Amino acid sequence: MGSPVPPVRPPHSLGAAIASTECVLCGWTPPSSWSAPAVWLEATHLASLRQSQAMEGNPVHRVSAGDAWSSSMHPDIESERHSQSFNVEELTNILDGGAQNTALRRKVESIIHSEPELSLKDNYFMTQNERYEAAIKKKFHILMLAQRLGWSEGSSELQYASRSVSGDLGFAIHHIFQKTIRSLGSEEQIAKWDPLCSKFQILGTYAQTELGHGTYLQGLETEATYDAATQEFVVHSPTMTAIKWWPGDLGRSATHALVQAQLICSGARQGMHAFIVPIRSLDDHSPLPGITIGDIGPKMDFEHTDNGFLKLDHVRIPRENMLNRFAQVLPDGTYVKLGVPKSNYLSMVVVRVDILLGEVLPLLQKACTIAVRYAVIRRQSRLRPSDPEAKVLDYQTQQQKLFPPLAMAYAFHFVANNLLEFFHHSYSFILDGDFALLPELHALSAGLKAMLSDFCTQGVEQCRRACGGHGYSKLSGLPSLLTRVTASCTYEGENTVLYLQTARFLIKSYLNTQKSPGSASKGSLPQSVAYLTAPDLARCPAQTAADFLQPELYTTAWAHVAVRLIKDSVHHLQTLRQAGADEHDAWNQTTVIHVQATKAHLYYVTVKIFTEALEKLESQPAIHQVLKRLSDLYALHGILTNAGDFLHDGFLSGAQIDMARKAYLDLLPFIRKDAILLTDAFDFTDQCLNSALGCYDGHAYERLFQWAQKSPTNTEGNPAYEKYIRPLLQGRRARL
Amino acid sequence: MNPDLQKERAGASFNPELLTNVLDGSPENTRRRREIENLILNDPDFQHENLNFLSRSQRYEVAVKKSAIMVQKMRKFGIADPAEIMWFKKLHLVNFVEPVGLNYSMFIPTLLNQGTTAQQEKWLHSSKGLEIIGTYAQTEMGHGTHLRGLETTATYDPETQEFILNSPTVTSIKWWPGGLGKTSNHAIVLAQLFTQGKCYGLHAFIVPIRELGTHKPLPGITVGDIGPKFGYDEMDNGYLKMDNYRIPRENMLMKHAQVKPDGTYVKPLNNKLTYGTMVFIRSFLVGESARSLSKACTIAVRYSAVRHQSEINPGEPEPQILDYQTQQYKLFPLLATAYAFQFVGAYMKETYLRINEDIGHGDLSELPELHALTAGLKAFTSWTTNTAIEACRMACGGHGYSHCSGLPNIYVTFTPTCTFEGENTVMMLQTARFLMKSYDQVHSGKLVCGMVSYLNDLPSQRIQPQQVAVWPTMVDINSPDSLTEAYKLRAARLVEIAAKNLQTEVIHRKSKEVAWNLTSIDLVRASEAHCHYVVVKLFTEKVLQIQEKSIQAVLRRLCLLYSLYGISQNAGDFLQGSIMTESQITQVNGRIKELLTAIRPDAVALVDAFDFQDVTLGSVLGRYDGNVYENLFEWAKKSPLNKTEVHESYKHLKSLQSKL
Repeated sequence: MGSPVPPVRPPHSLGAAIASTECVLCGWTPPSSWSAPAVWLEATHLASLRQSQAMEGNPVHRVSAGDAWSSSMHPDIESERHSQSFNVEELTNILDGGAQNTALRRKVESIIHSEPELSLKDNYFMTQNERYEAAIKKKFHILMLAQRLGWSEGSSELQYASRSVSGDLGFAIHHIFQKTIRSLGSEEQIAKWDPLCSKFQILGTYAQTELGHGTYLQGLETEATYDAATQEFVVHSPTMTAIKWWPGDLGRSATHALVQAQLICSGARQGMHAFIVPIRSLDDHSPLPGITIGDIGPKMDFEHTDNGFLKLDHVRIPRENMLNRFAQVLPDGTYVKLGVPKSNYLSMVVVRVDILLGEVLPLLQKACTIAVRYAVIRRQSRLRPSDPEAKVLDYQTQQQKLFPPLAMAYAFHFVANNLLEFFHHSYSFILDGDFALLPELHALSAGLKAMLSDFCTQGVEQCRRACGGHGYSKLSGLPSLLTRVTASCTYEGENTVLYLQTARFLIKSYLNTQKSPGSASKGSLPQSVAYLTAPDLARCPAQTAADFLQPELYTTAWAHVAVRLIKDSVHHLQTLRQAGADEHDAWNQTTVIHVQATKAHLYYVTVKIFTEALEKLESQPAIHQVLKRLSDLYALHGILTNAGDFLHDGFLSGAQIDMARKAYLDLLPFIRKDAILLTDAFDFTDQCLNSALGCYDGHAYERLFQWAQKSPTNTEGNPAYEKYIRPLLQGRRARL
Repeated sequence: MNPDLQKERAGASFNPELLTNVLDGSPENTRRRREIENLILNDPDFQHENLNFLSRSQRYEVAVKKSAIMVQKMRKFGIADPAEIMWFKKLHLVNFVEPVGLNYSMFIPTLLNQGTTAQQEKWLHSSKGLEIIGTYAQTEMGHGTHLRGLETTATYDPETQEFILNSPTVTSIKWWPGGLGKTSNHAIVLAQLFTQGKCYGLHAFIVPIRELGTHKPLPGITVGDIGPKFGYDEMDNGYLKMDNYRIPRENMLMKHAQVKPDGTYVKPLNNKLTYGTMVFIRSFLVGESARSLSKACTIAVRYSAVRHQSEINPGEPEPQILDYQTQQYKLFPLLATAYAFQFVGAYMKETYLRINEDIGHGDLSELPELHALTAGLKAFTSWTTNTAIEACRMACGGHGYSHCSGLPNIYVTFTPTCTFEGENTVMMLQTARFLMKSYDQVHSGKLVCGMVSYLNDLPSQRIQPQQVAVWPTMVDINSPDSLTEAYKLRAARLVEIAAKNLQTEVIHRKSKEVAWNLTSIDLVRASEAHCHYVVVKLFTEKVLQIQEKSIQAVLRRLCLLYSLYGISQNAGDFLQGSIMTESQITQVNGRIKELLTAIRPDAVALVDAFDFQDVTLGSVLGRYDGNVYENLFEWAKKSPLNKTEVHESYKHLKSLQSKL
C-alpha cells in the first residue's frame, strides 16, 4: 500500500470560526459551508479507494446506495482499518461457516437491498399499524422473490433474506405452526397440513400462553373435551385468565391456531395436547363463530407482529385435528400414549434453539458493531492537554463497557452453533422414538436460551448507554435492538423458570454420580455434565498474570466453581429435607442457590465450547490469536464479576484475583486495535444495521442530521402550534 | 378489591400511612401533597386519553395543551413553592416530560443566575408567563459532557455592537435540547466567545429563534426536531444551526462576565458559583431515581401478589408468584433499594438547601465535597435504578413487555438520567478525582472531613490486601452499624488500591492524564464503593431516627437486606479485603433468605406506603385494587388496531394466498 496516510482528523471539523470551502463529496449541501477543504477530502477518498481495491474481499457491498457519504470514509474509522493483524474476510467466512456461504449471503443481500419495498429506512417513523402492514408487505415481496428465484422453503437463501431485513417480516409464527405440526403431527397430518402451510393457503399461529398462565404448561386452563358421539373435540376457554394471550400473528393475520389445551377424554384429564383450530373464515377473514379475537395492544417492540388474544366458546373441531405423533384419542375416546410425557416439549426445544442464532445473537452483534464504530469517530475530552480530543474508544472505561459484550458476541456464536449441532444430532433419534438424549437437550437448550438472552440483553443495553445521548435516539438503531432482544428473556420460557429446569437436570446428574461411584457412572453421564466426576484441584495453580491466559486454567477454574455450587445446592436441599421440610418447600427454599449454581454451570459450558472451537482454528494463527484474546477476556470477565465465588473456598487467593485482573486489563489495549475489524467481520450491511451511528463509512453525524430532517415531526405541520402555542403567545402580541 | 391484595393488606405488620408520613417528611406534608393531587385528579381539564394509544405527535400535542392549562391553574390554586410545583407537574404529566419544561427548569434559572438586573427586567416577566418560551441549548451533536469541546462561536462585532453566532461544523449543531424543535421561540445558547481576536471560552447568549406571530424560524436559523427516541415522545428535543446569525450585544448574559461596547472583555469574579445549578439538578435526580424505582416496585410487587403460577406443592392451587423464593430474591432487594434511595434523595435535598444558605453567606467550603458527592450519587443511583426497573419489568413476565404494565414507559423515561446532566462514567470519575485529592491530603498529613473522613484512618491501618485479621473487629451481620463499618472498609481499601495503582502508572507513563486513563476502571470501582458506603450509612442513620416501633422494625429489615445483598453481590471485595470470612459470607447468604421470608408479609404494605395514585402509575398490572386481568382485557380492546374486526391489511393476505 503506497498511498500516503492522510492526517487523522474528522472531515467536518475545522476548528472554531473558519469555514470557507464547500464539501464536494457530500451530496447534502448546507446553506453555509462547514466542511473540510475539498483537496484533503479527495485525498482521503482516493486513498480509501486504492485501499479497498488492494484488499481481498472488497467490502463494497456494505455501502448503501444513495447515501451521500458512502463514497468517502471517515478518516477516524479508516485509520482503524489501515493495518490489519488478521484477515477480516477469513473471519467472516468462519462466522458464515465457509466462504461459499459468505458469497451466497452477500448475493442474497444485494438482491434484497436492491428492492425498495424491502427497505427498513422508515421503520423508526412508523406507527404500529404501519409497521404491521409493512412487515406483511415485505414478507409477501420476499415470497414472490423466492418463487421467482427458486429459493426453496427453509433454504439458506431465505434465511439470509430474513437476516438482511432484520427479521422484520410478518408470519414468523406461521413457521413455528408449521414446524410444530412437523414435529408433533403424524405422517398423515403432516401430509395434509404441511402443503397448505407452504402455499400459505392457511396462516397459522401457535397459541400456548394464556392471560393468566405462561411458562408452566400444566397450569393452562383451555380445555379440549372429546365428544365421542360426534367424534369432535370441544375447545373452550372456561375463565377470563384462560384467554390465549400473546401469540404472534394471532391478532389480525392467522386463519388457524395450534392451541395447547388440557385434553379431557372419557372423563379423565390427560394433560396438555396440541389442536389445530380454524379461527378465521378463509373467505372474508372474519372470526368464526365462537371465536373472539383481537390485538393485545401496544408493546415495547415487535410492533410489526400482531400479538393477539383468543377466546374460545365451545368451538368444535374434528378428532383428526389433535396432533397425534406421540398421543392419540381413538374414536371411542380411548387415550393412547405413544411417547414420553416430555415429547410435547419438543416443539419448544426446536424454537429455543432456532431463536438463538436466528434472532437473539445478531441483535448483540449489531449493537456491538454500532457502538464500537461510533466510539472511534466520537471524540470527547483530551487524554493529554496538548492532544486533540480523543476517540472515546481510547478510554479504558469505554473499553470496559464494550469489549466484554464483543467477546460474548463471538463466544455465543460458537456456543449457539454447537447447540445447533447437538440438536440435529439428537433430533433424528427423537423423531425415531429414541428419547435418551432428550433430557440433556432439553436442559442444555433451556439453560443456554436463558443465559444467552440474559447476557445479550445486558450487552445490548450496555452498548446503547455507551453511545451517550445519541444512543437514546431511535435513529441510532440501539433502542430497537434492545426492545427486541429483551423480549427474548420472557418469551419461549421465562428465564428463571428455564434456569431451574436446567438445575433439576444438574441435581439429578450429580445425584447419579453419588449413587454408583466408579468408572461405570462416569461413562454414563451426559457429555455436558461429564465434568462433575472429573478430578478437581483444591487450589488454582496460577502464579503469574500470564497463567490466566491459559484456556485449560480458566476452564478448570469455572468447572471447579460450578461443581462446588452444584454440590452446595444439593447439600442445602438435602439438609432441608432431612430437617423435615416437605420436598417441594425444600425445593422452593433453595431455588436462589440453584439458579446461582446453574449460571456457573452454563458459564463453564460456554467457556469450554469457545475454547474447544478455537482449537480447531489453530491452522489460522492470526485469527486464532485475535479470537483467543476474546476467549480469555470472556472467561476472565466472568471470573472477576463473580470473584466472591472463586475466593469463597480459597480456590483462588486474593493475589490470584489481582493477577486475573491484571491479565484482563492488559488484554484491553490488544483488543482495542482489532475492535473495528472484529465488528466488520460480522459483515452487516448498512441497510441491515439501519443505524445513523453505526454505518461502515463512519459518517455518523451527517447521517444523523439528514435522517432527523426526514422525521415526520419536521416534514409535517405542527398542529399544536396553532391550537395551543399561538394562544399562549397572544399575550405578548397584544402588548407589542 | 382483589382478594389476594385484601389479604396482603390485612396481614401487614404496620400501618402504611405512618410510613407514608415518614417518606413525605411529616403528616402535614402528606396532607398537602394529596390536596394538590386531588385538585388535578378531579379536574376535567387534565383528563386525557391513554397515552399508549396515541401517536408521537398526538402525545406532543397533549403535553403542550396541558402545559398551557397548567400555567393558568397554578396561578389559580396559588401554587408557588418549588416542591409543590414539582408535585403538581408530576401528577398532571404521567411522565413528567413537558415541552415547555426547560423554560422553567433552565431558561428562567439561568436568566436569574447569569442575567443582569436589566436583562431580568427585560426577559423574566414574559418568560414566566410563557409569552416567550425559552430553552437551554448546550449539548452539540459531537459534544456532550466535555464543555470546553463545544464548537458554536459567538464573535463580537464592535461596529454594529452585535454578536455573530455560527455553527461552523456538522458536529457543532446544537442537538438534544428539550422544547427546541417545535415549541420554543428563544434559546439560551452556550457558545465560545470571540472578541478582539481572542477566544474567552463558553458564555451564554439569549437567541431568538422563531418569529413572534408566525412561529417561523428566523432567517439564519435552521431548527427542527431530532426525530424519534427511545422515550420522551412528548418532548420535541431539537436541533439548532446558526448561520452568521446576529444578536444585539445586550443578549449576552452579563451578570458575571461582560463584553463592553468596544469589545473589551471583563472577567467574572468567581467560577465556582455555577456549580450551584448543577448540584441542584443532580441532587434532584437522586430523588428521581428513588421515585422511578418506587413506582416500578409498586407495580411488580402488587402484580406478583395477584399473579398465580405453577405449583410449589402438587395438588394445591397455584401459589402467588410472590411466594417463590426466586421472585422474592428479584424484588425485595430492589424494594429495599427504593427505600434507601428515598432517604438518600431527601438527605441530598436537605444538604443542598443547607449548603446553599452557606453559599449565600459567602461560605464555599463545603461546595467541593457536595459537588463530588452529587456527581457520584447521581451516577450510582441512576445506574442501579436503570437496571432495577428492567428487573421489575422482567419479573412481571410477558405482561411486563406490554405497555399496559406501564413499566416500559417508566424505563424509557428514566434511562436518559444515566447520560443527561453528566454522563455517569464521567460523574464517577469526578467523584474519584475528589477521592484521590482527599487521599493525597491525608497522606500529606492533613485531615479530611465529611463523608470521606474514613480516609484519615488509612495511614495507621496500612492496608495489606492479603493480610488476614487486619481489621480491629469482626463484622456483626445483624447490626446495620457494623455493616456500615464493613462498607467503609471496602471503600477505604478500593480508594487506596486506586490511588496506589494511579501512582504506579504515573511513575511508568510520565503523563498524569495517561495514567489516569489507565487507572480509570479502578477509579470508578472506588467511587462506586464510596457511594455504596454513603447510601448504607444514610439508610442506617435514618432507621435510627424513626420513633414508631412498627415502622422502625420493618425499615430495619429493609436496611439489613439492602446492606447484606450488596455484600453478597460484591462478595469478592469483602473476601479479598479480608473484611469478612468465607463462613460469614455463607451466613450473609443464609440471612438474606430469612429476611426475604420476614419481609414477604409486609411487601404489599411497603409499596402501598409509596402512595402512588393509579393515574400516576399508569399501569394495569399495578392497580391498587388488583383487578388486573379484567382490566387488561378491556385495555387491549381499546387499542386502535381493534377498531375493525377485519383489518384493512387483509388485502395483502388475500393477494398472497391467490398468488402462491
